[in-house]
Amino acid sequence: MANVDLDCGGLSCPVPIVRISRAMKELTSGDTLTVTASDPSFQADVEAWVRKMGHHLDSFTESDGSQTAVLRHA
Amino acid sequence: MSEPAPLSAAEIEALIEAAVEKRVGSAVAEIEKTLADVKASVAQVREACPEDRTTIVAFSGDMDRLFAALTIASGSVAMGMEASMFFTFWGLAALKVKTSYSGKSFGQKLAALMLPGGPDRVPTSRMNMAGGGPIFFKMLMKQKKVQSVPEMLDMVQELGVRLVACEMSMGVMGISRDELLPGIDYGGVATYLGDAARSKVTLFI
Repeated sequence: MANVDLDCGGLSCPVPIVRISRAMKELTSGDTLTVTASDPSFQADVEAWVRKMGHHLDSFTESDGSQTAVLRHA
Repeated sequence: MSEPAPLSAAEIEALIEAAVEKRVGSAVAEIEKTLADVKASVAQVREACPEDRTTIVAFSGDMDRLFAALTIASGSVAMGMEASMFFTFWGLAALKVKTSYSGKSFGQKLAALMLPGGPDRVPTSRMNMAGGGPIFFKMLMKQKKVQSVPEMLDMVQELGVRLVACEMSMGVMGISRDELLPGIDYGGVATYLGDAARSKVTLFI
């Protein structure tokens, strides 16, 4: 069970989900991907992304405009 | 009267086999036929079912509209879908890598002169202000770290989005294949419809 960090700070739609999709391909079941982002549509997009792809969103936190999502590979 | 000689094991086996064959042979043939029919039907249904694909007609050669089309195409791939983009009429400007004039009719030369020379030179649909608009928007997009249209084009190619240039509009405008990005596909309305008919998302931008 590995964790990979992915910094998408300053990047805007659609680059964060493109990067998440690439990063997730390198992971296997149970691994987590911790993504930080500042894109205003990030929460809505990441939620839609995990729903479509069948992965899980373990947590989503926001502080000072920086958002952190922990995604878990299904 | 002597008893008939007892049958050997092999003979008994052959007799049983013959009896079984007689009883179930036709039933098995029936089942096999039904199975083949079912398989054919499933294949037909699969063919008619929409794939997880997005198909976009990029008709506009405006920077903002191309940007929207490229964003949706790249987002589709990120969402685990396939994506196709058909570039037609003004949209062809996005695929242009150079402009050549030789061998073209007067009208086609004029079209070549008037059309944007490539994705970095496309106008905006509104507030173009004789070319000032795109400069202004490029500046805004850079500030916001939003990718430019040429960068988005690189990205969709890298992501494996199928790019198709419409040969009919290429013919009208006299655009040759060597003026467009290498490695793209070429096609007509049937090529578009072939992908669109099997897509869950289709857009005309």
